Amino acid sequence: MPVPNFETVEVTCDVLICGAGMAGCGAMYEASYWAKKNGLKVVVADKAATDRSGAVAQGLSAINMYLNTAGGERTPEEFVRYVRNDMLGVSREDLTYDIARHVDSTVHLFEKWGLPIWRDADGKPIRSGAWQVMISGESYKILVAEAAKKALNDAGGELYERVFVIEPLMDGDRIAGAIGFSLREEKIYVFNAKAVLVNMGGAVHVFRPRSTGEGMGRTWYPPFQTGSSTYFTLRAGAEQTCQEIRFVPVRFKDAYGPVGAWFLLFKSTATNALDEIYIQTRVKDLEPWEPYASTKPMPTNLRNYQGILDEVDGKGPLLMRTERAIAALAEQYAGDEKAYKKKMKELESEAWEDFLDMTIGQANLWAAMNVRPEKEPSEITGAEPYFIGSHSGASGAWASGPADIAPPEYHWGYNRMTTVKGLFVAGDACGASPHKFSSGSFTEGRIAGKALVKFALENPDMPKLDPAQVEEFKARIKKPFEQFEQYKEFGTTPEVNPNYILPRQYLFRLQKIMDEYAGGWSCAFTTNKTKLEIALKLLEWLKEDADKMIARDLHELMRVFENQQRTWQAEAHVRTILFREESRWPGYYFRKDCPTMDDANWKCFVNLKWDKEKGWEIFKRPVINIID
Amino acid sequence: MPAFVMTEKCDGCKGQDKTACMYICPNDLMVLDKERMKAYQRDPQLCWECLCCGKICPQQAIDVRGYADFVPMGSSCIPLRGSEDIMWTIKFRDGEVKRFKFPIRTTPEGGAVPDGGFGDGSKANDINDQYLRTEPESAAMDFFAK
Repeated sequence: MPVPNFETVEVTCDVLICGAGMAGCGAMYEASYWAKKNGLKVVVADKAATDRSGAVAQGLSAINMYLNTAGGERTPEEFVRYVRNDMLGVSREDLTYDIARHVDSTVHLFEKWGLPIWRDADGKPIRSGAWQVMISGESYKILVAEAAKKALNDAGGELYERVFVIEPLMDGDRIAGAIGFSLREEKIYVFNAKAVLVNMGGAVHVFRPRSTGEGMGRTWYPPFQTGSSTYFTLRAGAEQTCQEIRFVPVRFKDAYGPVGAWFLLFKSTATNALDEIYIQTRVKDLEPWEPYASTKPMPTNLRNYQGILDEVDGKGPLLMRTERAIAALAEQYAGDEKAYKKKMKELESEAWEDFLDMTIGQANLWAAMNVRPEKEPSEITGAEPYFIGSHSGASGAWASGPADIAPPEYHWGYNRMTTVKGLFVAGDACGASPHKFSSGSFTEGRIAGKALVKFALENPDMPKLDPAQVEEFKARIKKPFEQFEQYKEFGTTPEVNPNYILPRQYLFRLQKIMDEYAGGWSCAFTTNKTKLEIALKLLEWLKEDADKMIARDLHELMRVFENQQRTWQAEAHVRTILFREESRWPGYYFRKDCPTMDDANWKCFVNLKWDKEKGWEIFKRPVINIID
Repeated sequence: MPAFVMTEKCDGCKGQDKTACMYICPNDLMVLDKERMKAYQRDPQLCWECLCCGKICPQQAIDVRGYADFVPMGSSCIPLRGSEDIMWTIKFRDGEVKRFKFPIRTTPEGGAVPDGGFGDGSKANDINDQYLRTEPESAAMDFFAK
């Protein structure tokens, strides 16, 4: 298409919610309720269609955070301790506690909305682990979106789908709104709001994926999570935390199907090629990470690390012993053929549903490879690293905690407000508050949604928009089209031109830098100071060349900006792992030059921020326990 | 396994401005070719194979073919999504066929009631405290009782 003539659409509201995944729907639900009570207007912008946007687009086979405190199962205190250990001592206990005391309310709402939660004959939820409950969750997101959209409509709010929010708009040190563009029409959206919530997910494809052909799309976390949250909050000047705590999920190889049900529900073990159970044979290797290594369950990243060590040692592949798990279950039915057959049928259906509800590609891969789990094991391996603040990664913005439990160091006013006045975060965007998963993200969105309305009520003046910021953005989104128009006749191969770079090629360049220098899968997640310094140098050139990306339609324009978002996510990550001179989460990344955990110097958060004039600033923040 | 559109089955959602698949794809991959009145998938390398497109297609014109770089050919995973459950037909490379049916929701389509029947929450009245909508009733206990 020729250079678009973008029309500018201005939308004014009291509170703006950027993103409508699980956290965004939670915020939409809660903010609408409080906004209606107080006569305020809520606006939501979503890059996709809310029915299937965000990480839960495909569905899920489990809710990974449900305490059932009223039912006598788990307490918020236990949850805080579990998260603390899994993150090797570094977590914001005020934030995790806050989610834990509200999450049951959320899960109970989900069930009433129509989400099928597996229950036994007595009505007790069927757990696949201490915190997990199994669900039939193919339509999980549709259900949640349905309730959230109803709440929004009831409050007279507005939802803008297929609007890709990019940049914060500032009024001095206060957020004034956001700017982005439509993926369907030649329109720029300028949102002006008193308070803005960012919950635009984590980041995928920052590191080179293991599959680089068609399989590149089969990442574990979805490829449409592109670092929008980190980019937006960094550009607004918000302090970031835990940007070193990426996540490496160990999953069934290549299609990345879930292993949770196999490990936890079917009690499967995993071995290496020599039939050793590496979580047993590699116990000694974890000594530098005591006392966390001995906690139950063992921290996710340490379990990863044991497998990585075996693979590096040439003892791979790692094998999920599905055939033994099924044989062990069958043993319980020895002598009762009928009961055994019935049980096997039930297990088969459960195992396939586990894949089909959330990773259809894994079901297809098993079918394509004629896998019969009762007869043979299946390979598992660590995927490429992702940025996801809601799982057992923790990257995100540094947010104020709840007034009633946060210590002064973690509290500067409104719950989930960043260090920027009026800018809030939830879900993957909120750092140091991991293990919230889908239900906890929705819950955090609710918490932030209420605080957002409170802020708008107490700060009733509409912040001013700076027309220069809008004009600058307009020029930026036109440039990729203009460059293509200007240079397209230069050569006869459109992909190869010395004057510009295609977004896809730019993406490959970013992924190669991150994989080879910042500890991607091809280096067994290992790096060091020298490598990281090279990464920073290469990223600098990459950032300069970002101006040379071209777009030939609105879809490609989206890719241009997604890549810029990923690049900022990459740089925040590299700067943070360079600053932290220890290896605290060895199964996520390993600093070969500082190979152990150093509690004396590094049992702390590493936070960083960016400023247009001052550049990057990186520093420590204390870890404060609020639970014994 | 990137999604693809079967030429014969696709009717371009009968000449409307956008197709169902185009509306729903979370990665903005489906496009309507208005000249042919057929949808197509524009970027097989970035398909997450969530099959949101295939589940919503009124013509069942969308299928997936296993990712060329690691999936042996010949299998298929075909959903048929109804208002209460989803039926899956799984075909193995060696010809075996398995069928599964799983529930997707316990309420009718469009039947989710925002307050879940808990009411707005007997204590969810004050913007300054910690109670969220429907609390404490939805939590089945009161975490904030003094």
